[in-house]
Amino acid sequence: MIEARDLTKRFGDKTAVDHLTFTVEPGRVTGFLGPNGAGKSTTMRLILGLDRPQGGTATINGQPYRDLANPLRTVGALLEAKSVHTGRSARNHLLFLAQSQGIRSRRVDEVLSLVGLQDVAGKRAGGFSLGMSQRLGIAAAMLGDPQVLLLDEPVNGLDPEGVLWIRNLMKDLAADGRTILVSSHLMNEMAVTADHLIVIGRGKLIVADSTEAVIARSTDKSVRVRTPDAARLADLITRAGGKVLAGDPASANGAEVLTVTGMEAAGVGELAASASIVLHELTPQLASLEEAFMELTSGSLEFGTHGADSIRTHEESTR
Amino acid sequence: MTTASPVTPARAPAAVSGRRAGFGHLLLAEWTKIRSVRSTVWTLILFVVLTIGLTAGLTALIVASWNRGRGGGGAHATIAADPVAFILGAGIDLGQLTICVLGVLLITAEYSTGVIRASLLAVPQRIPMLAAKATVFAGLLIVLAEIVAFGSFLVGSALLHSRVPVALGDPGVTRAVIGAGLYLTVLGLFALAVGALIRHTAGAVTTVIGIVFVLPILAGLLPGNWGAHVNAYLPEQAGLLITHAQQLPGDLLSPWQGFGVLCIWTALLLSAAAYLLRRRDA
Repeated sequence: MIEARDLTKRFGDKTAVDHLTFTVEPGRVTGFLGPNGAGKSTTMRLILGLDRPQGGTATINGQPYRDLANPLRTVGALLEAKSVHTGRSARNHLLFLAQSQGIRSRRVDEVLSLVGLQDVAGKRAGGFSLGMSQRLGIAAAMLGDPQVLLLDEPVNGLDPEGVLWIRNLMKDLAADGRTILVSSHLMNEMAVTADHLIVIGRGKLIVADSTEAVIARSTDKSVRVRTPDAARLADLITRAGGKVLAGDPASANGAEVLTVTGMEAAGVGELAASASIVLHELTPQLASLEEAFMELTSGSLEFGTHGADSIRTHEESTR
Repeated sequence: MTTASPVTPARAPAAVSGRRAGFGHLLLAEWTKIRSVRSTVWTLILFVVLTIGLTAGLTALIVASWNRGRGGGGAHATIAADPVAFILGAGIDLGQLTICVLGVLLITAEYSTGVIRASLLAVPQRIPMLAAKATVFAGLLIVLAEIVAFGSFLVGSALLHSRVPVALGDPGVTRAVIGAGLYLTVLGLFALAVGALIRHTAGAVTTVIGIVFVLPILAGLLPGNWGAHVNAYLPEQAGLLITHAQQLPGDLLSPWQGFGVLCIWTALLLSAAAYLLRRRDA
C-alpha cells in the first residue's frame, strides 16, 4: 500500500505537487494519470525518497521509503529517466543492485530472462534501444521480487508486443496481491490496464476512483443533429437551456450539422417536432476516453495549447 | 527483442535471503560498479604505466644531461639533497592527474548517466553508499598507489645510482615512498569529494585541477612570504611533503603535518559532500 498525505513539492516558485493526498491499494493496478508536466514523475520521486517534499508525507506499507531496510525487496521502481551507466553491462547493473540488497546473484539471471534480455545480458547498456532499456528498468524493478511497484510511463518506447507484455505483467502482479502504481499520460492505455485511476493536473488531485466511474463521470454526452433548418433549431435549443457547439457548413442537400450538449437526443427530437423542424439525423454521441480525460484535466495543462484539443507529447518536464 | 518471456515472477523466499544487507554488501556492490566500467579500469592502468614511465623517463633524461656535462650544479645539488623527493615527484606530478580524474568520474558519471537514481533507490539513507564507494576506492588505490610508489622508487633509484645513490634504508626514504602511496590515495578521495559536491564531470575536474595544479602557482605569485604560507596549507603542496625524505629549512610543516593537512581538507570536503548528498534532490 502506498499513501501520500498532503504531499507538496515546489521547484523555485513553481509548485510541481500541490497538497496531494491519495492511497494506492494492493491487489489492483492503479493508474496515475495526468497531462505532461502534471507532476506524476515528481510525485513518484517523492514517494521513492529521491526528492524531498516541502510538506506532507509519503509512505510505503506505513514506512517512509528512506526507512526501508532493503528497499528493493519491498519496492520496485521504473523511473522515466534512464538510470543505467551506459558503459556497464545489463548483468553488472543488476548485479550491483542485487549485491546492495543481499539478493543472490542467481536472481539476476532470473529477471533477465523474465524481461527477455538474457541474450544481451553481457552487452553495454549504452547500446540498448529504448525498448530494451525499458525492459532492463523493469528487470531492475523486479529484482527484489517486491510487493510494491511504481512504474513511470513503462510502455514508452515499447513495440505493440512489448506493450501487451507489460500490460499482462502488471495485471498478473496485481492479481498476486501486489500494489501497482503505473503512470501514463495516455487515457486509452490506462483504460485497458488500470482498475483504479488517480488523475492529477498541475500537481493537484482531480479525481481518484475506479476506472469505470472516472470514465462514466467525465464522459461528456452530446447529440449530433443534421437539419436544413439549423438556425431556427439552434435558437430553440439555446432557449431550452441546451448548448449548440458547432455548426458545420451546409452539406450538399442544404442540411447543416449541429453538435448539441446539455440536452438528451430525445429532448432535441421533441423540440424539433414541436416546431415542425425536419431532422435528417439525430445521433447521441459518447465522448472518447481521450476526450473525457481532456475534459477532466482541461485548465491544468502545463504545456497545453490552451483552448485547442491537443496535448503536445514531448517529454514530461518536472524539474 | 521479439521474444517476450512468459510472466513468472519468482516467489520471494526462493530468490531472496532474509537478512538485512549490511555495509559489506554495499562494499561488494561498489566494487562491482568500479570493476564493471571499462574506462575505470583503463584509467587505473594508465595511472600505473604513466607514473612509473614518467619517473623512468625524467630520471633518465636528468642522468643523461649530467653525463653530457650539462644540467648545472644547482639541479644536481637539489636532487642530491633529497633524491627520493625528486624520484617520486617526477612521475607523481602528472600521474596524479589520472587519480584526480578517476576520483571525480567515480561519482559524477553516476549523475551524468542517471545510475545515481538506481544507487540511491537501493541505499536511500545515501551516506552509506558514499562511504562504501570511498572505502572501496581507497582500498583499490592504496594497493595500486603503493605499487606505483615502490615501482617508481626502484626504477628511479636504479637510474640515479651511479650519480646519487639512494636506498630504502636511508633516513626518511621508506616513509617517503610509503607516503607517496598514501598521498595518492587521499588525493583520490579528495577528488571524489569534489565530484560528489559539484556533481558535474567538467566542473568537478576543472575544480580539482585548479586546486591541485593552478592554485600553488597563483599562491606563489603572492607578495612576500604570503605565498609560502598559503602554499604550505594547500592540499597538494602540503600533502606532497610526505614524499620528501626530510623537512627542508624552508618548509613550514613536517612531512606528517603536511599529510595531515591534506587529510583534513579531504575529511572536510567528504563531510560536506555527505551532508549535501543527504539533503539534495537526486
